[in-house]
Amino acid sequence: MQNKEMVKALVVTGFGINCEEEMAAAYRLAGAEAVILHLNEIFEERDSIHRYDILNFPGGFSFGDDIGSARVLANKFKFKKMRSGKRFIDDIREFLSAGKYIMGVCNGFQALVKMGLLPNTGGGFEQEVTLTHNDSGKFEDRWVRCLIAPENPTPFLSDPGMHSIDLPVRHGEGKLVIRDENVKAAILEKKLNVMTYADAQDRPSPRYPENPNGSELDCAGLCDPSGQVFGLMPHPEAYLSLYNHPGWPKKKRECPDISEEGEGLSVFRNIVGKAGSGQQ
Amino acid sequence: MRSHTIQLMLRERFRDNAGASLERDAKRYFQIRTGKVRTSKVFTVVTDKHEGEIREFAGKALKDPLLHDMYIGDLFNARDYRRYLYLGKLPGVTDDEGVSAQKTFADFFHQAPADGEQFIFTSELFYFEQALEREALETLARDMLGNPLINHIEYGTPKRRIDYVPTVRIESSVRIRNLPVGLDDRELSALSEKMLLSLDLKEMQAVRKYYLDENTQKLRREHGMPPDPTDCELEIFGQTWSEHCKHKEFNALIDYKDLETGEEKRIDSLFKTYITRSTQIIRERFEKAGNNWILKVFNDNAGVVKIDDENVFIWKVETHNSPSALDPYGGALTGIVGVNRDPMGTGIGGGKCLFNTDVLCFGSPYYKGELLEGQLHPRRIMAGVVRGIEDGGNKSGIPTVNGSIVFDDRYRGKPLVYCGTAAVMPMEYRGRPSWEKRIDPGDRIVMAGGRIGKDGIHGATFSSLEIDEHSPRSAVQIGSPITQKNLSDFMECAAKEGLLKCSTDNGAGGLSSSVGELAGISGGAVVELEKAPLKYPGLQPWEIFVSESQERMTFVVEPENTRALFAMAEKFEVEVSDIGYFTDSGYLDVRYRNKPAAWLDLDFLHHGVPKKHMQAEWKAPRLKEPRGLDADHNDILLKLMGSLNIASKESVIRVYDHEVKGKTVVKPLMGTGGRAPQDAAVLRLYHDRYTGVAVSNGIIPRYGDIDPYEMSAGSFDEAVRQIIAVGGRLPDPEKEEGIFWTVNDNFCVPDSLYDPVRNPDGKQKLAKLVRMNEALFDMATFFNIPMTSGKDSMKNDFKKGDIRISVPPTILYSMVAKIDDVRRTVTSDFKKPGDIIYMAGKTYNELGASECYALFGITGANVPRVRKEDAMRVYRKMMAAGERSLIESAHDISDGGLAVALTECAFGGNTGCDINIPVTETGPLAELFSESHSRFVITVRPENADAAEKIFGSDCRKLGEVTSEDRIRIRRGKETLIDRDISLLHAAWRDALRT
Repeated sequence: MQNKEMVKALVVTGFGINCEEEMAAAYRLAGAEAVILHLNEIFEERDSIHRYDILNFPGGFSFGDDIGSARVLANKFKFKKMRSGKRFIDDIREFLSAGKYIMGVCNGFQALVKMGLLPNTGGGFEQEVTLTHNDSGKFEDRWVRCLIAPENPTPFLSDPGMHSIDLPVRHGEGKLVIRDENVKAAILEKKLNVMTYADAQDRPSPRYPENPNGSELDCAGLCDPSGQVFGLMPHPEAYLSLYNHPGWPKKKRECPDISEEGEGLSVFRNIVGKAGSGQQ
Repeated sequence: MRSHTIQLMLRERFRDNAGASLERDAKRYFQIRTGKVRTSKVFTVVTDKHEGEIREFAGKALKDPLLHDMYIGDLFNARDYRRYLYLGKLPGVTDDEGVSAQKTFADFFHQAPADGEQFIFTSELFYFEQALEREALETLARDMLGNPLINHIEYGTPKRRIDYVPTVRIESSVRIRNLPVGLDDRELSALSEKMLLSLDLKEMQAVRKYYLDENTQKLRREHGMPPDPTDCELEIFGQTWSEHCKHKEFNALIDYKDLETGEEKRIDSLFKTYITRSTQIIRERFEKAGNNWILKVFNDNAGVVKIDDENVFIWKVETHNSPSALDPYGGALTGIVGVNRDPMGTGIGGGKCLFNTDVLCFGSPYYKGELLEGQLHPRRIMAGVVRGIEDGGNKSGIPTVNGSIVFDDRYRGKPLVYCGTAAVMPMEYRGRPSWEKRIDPGDRIVMAGGRIGKDGIHGATFSSLEIDEHSPRSAVQIGSPITQKNLSDFMECAAKEGLLKCSTDNGAGGLSSSVGELAGISGGAVVELEKAPLKYPGLQPWEIFVSESQERMTFVVEPENTRALFAMAEKFEVEVSDIGYFTDSGYLDVRYRNKPAAWLDLDFLHHGVPKKHMQAEWKAPRLKEPRGLDADHNDILLKLMGSLNIASKESVIRVYDHEVKGKTVVKPLMGTGGRAPQDAAVLRLYHDRYTGVAVSNGIIPRYGDIDPYEMSAGSFDEAVRQIIAVGGRLPDPEKEEGIFWTVNDNFCVPDSLYDPVRNPDGKQKLAKLVRMNEALFDMATFFNIPMTSGKDSMKNDFKKGDIRISVPPTILYSMVAKIDDVRRTVTSDFKKPGDIIYMAGKTYNELGASECYALFGITGANVPRVRKEDAMRVYRKMMAAGERSLIESAHDISDGGLAVALTECAFGGNTGCDINIPVTETGPLAELFSESHSRFVITVRPENADAAEKIFGSDCRKLGEVTSEDRIRIRRGKETLIDRDISLLHAAWRDALRT
């Protein structure tokens, strides 16, 4: 449609973020325009997040995971003054008030949690959960099965056909710890635990390695009560193509006409579709 | 200024994983019962902020509100814990976490980010429930948690405060010394030794001759230089003429005698005779056919080949052995981030790293023998090296796509740590060919990245006697992946904007090496050392010039671009400094605050090193085959699956991110549940196309115990056949196929310089090296697969007194081939019950130096031989069958032979197999476990069997079929050789290597 503007996705980078390329590729494949921008461009206000529809915090090792994963990055967002004197977190508040969307994957999820954007049950951007060292005590790269909560409130997972999805996890600090029973109850009540680690029969699993880190509620991904903010430890942007899956040769043998598209792409299609429909 | 301590400790309600594993390991490895262990982190902040501000900073910016208890000033009150152990860092040791804390400090207090001196230091503080004795604490500190080369260690009964601050103080005045050169031979040798120049007498004599030369003297006078050399000049000779930089032994004149045949020959440089000449021959063959994909070989940081009209592929594999022996974590980490800088600094620079591949050789982690003083246990070396590779790759966002681990107790003195990195770079930057290095007089020299400290000066030879409490440690270096990540992001952007004219890395030899080499292109350079930023004051000019501080690049920048480059650097938070300019004077001119530090004729510096002359003598070892082994084949197979060289490396593989960037198509473990080990890795080059590369490694050092020629040839074949297994195509000069193959050769050998007392078997060792090179030449030219870069490491011995532990001569061939369409690649796992299993290639009675014989402690005599013509024919048939999509799975047969390969294929498919091998004179043991080269286990759908058999003819043998049972059965005629549960074999394979 010539007259309809493309959805614009902003993918931030810098300071050790390292999944920006595949994140941008995901949005392009999903039909959006994607721009990769160094965070200092935003802090210096040479560009603004408000020019975009979806703000993305990709995975990586910002500041080498020093002082706890994404802690230094989250501090930057909370404390650093931008050129005009405002803080980035205030910019984000404004961005969300405009009804726009934010996604964080892995290190980006850790940053959203430590900034208080997720799960944000109290609405005050206060840190209510944390992501810490896996029970295994180590970084691991492995594929896990993720169950998607039915009737979840986030448009990132709105595709009714999505029940579960295989994705790779690649982290050392992915264990979700919840501050107290009140927060836990609020997460459950508001259906914010939108993605859980599951076994082969698609049942939520607390067992290693199906649950690779020992997360409470078997949580792999959370959204905020508005559904506009979504974060997850597994990497949907790492499954854009069938050929990312470790079992692709067998899948192809069993089903010669299988789509060459990876299942992770659906997350991006969902949100691009939603952002596009809200924009006309 | 005062120092504040902030201690963060996991709240009691959370399980302290690190503490629990410490408790377990202390008991397991050292029989020390620590009782409960608690771990904590301490930040020591030296600042003029008052305590209230520090408390606020710590509470809001350092502490996790859910996880941590925080103690400021007074430490954790450890009533239930009767001992503490504190591990700080020695002055000058990289403290990345401290730097990150400083960055967050600057954000928190709205200050400009502070470059320069460190003021936040991190350390670890452990508490033990039991009242451990001094000896036990010392063991935990030195042999488990810390390393006296990098750590400040305190322990005892817990106290309220720890006041240690690792500030660097250097008590000496900065000056340039002159050293007499008119010395006699004995004095010359003594000078080289005293200054740790590592130059032998002949080389020192050449230096003396240079200075005593009348013309030199006259020119030095005219230029205002003293007649005698400065300390900086001698250090430049030491660095430029080092084995590491000049490869003197690989360029030596060698007299080779074959005592078996009586043949004698003189080899003028192994490097030229075998390595560059083989590549030259191959290049000519391709160019004659109008096929010019080999763009740059041997004369830059990494070789360059053409991918397509838009991009080039650059890669380099090298070793970091000695540093990894001293500090396994820091050594390996520095090796990884160091080799990343080679492709980054090739040509104009700014290539984007595509993957890492790492091959490691260790002693057994279960080694029970004696350890010499200063020698770390192989288990500890392995754990540290793996963690270094993990951080080096993962934190840089570069996937570690494959590798290999070889276990042999001869590597217990010095481990071998091969680190490789590939990058993709645009073919052109603003119309300039990206892989070329052009420099004109007047271009600026810009140093970028980390600051300079005493790191790595003279590497590991630095004597500990010269170190006092506040001297910065120079023997070990710890890389900083995050510093380098910012640097590489910056370079990629700067190159694209056309701001870099060219670049090179600062690795071994520091500025002396990088500027010295670049100056060779323009014909001269002026360096102003006082402009180089330092980590701390007090460095001597020569130290600034030769320091090997990490994460630094040297850029060549046209004067009109410096402003734009500096502005861009600010955005990426990369420190850059203009430290001089290039000339065509013919001299390397180094100054410090306008005083001359060095002024050297570049021609002499680069070409004046005297040629070494070495002796080699080959005598084949006298070996015999055993009379026949009386052992149960089932037992042998079970033991093989659990032997270290065959066992699963999953516990290592999974800590490496092998798929960041989303381009990895064949990962190290594939198939159902990720259980099937693969041969070569396959990656896509782009997200929107299916063009890719296959990456393999060939290394089989134990064959060298019988014949180093066959060891080298076999390793080459192993690398080729792994790529053929996944679906690679061999290069053919007659056809424009748009593909490329590129190899990095890496030799690691023990000291091979003959000396009647010090190294009496030096001639034999050198002969082995010669034979390894002969095989390299024969294999490369036969298959038309060229070396494009490589490295040699010549002194892999660990010495203490009279005892020497030497590595077996080892060569690693790391190979990459272009894959037209990654969707057509093949994995090793069996795909479906009913598929027909074949073996392509032929088995010979070649159990010599096999994993099977190793189970019995036997070497044997029949080492696997490469039959090149047969190999080529089988590979071409594999290609033909692959082109018609007839192959469902393919696995190369290597360690452990056919039986092991079949078992591994079955793992991935959750299948079994029924096999019937024909009765031949080769005998059952060899049929099952011989490691003959150039073979594959392949499977074919029943309906494709005829077509496949037609292609392969007599080069394949039907073995049986894939079953749905959890069982491997191998019969030979009526006799059952193997009948075992796959799950049992899998458990043995999975559990043998625990890290």
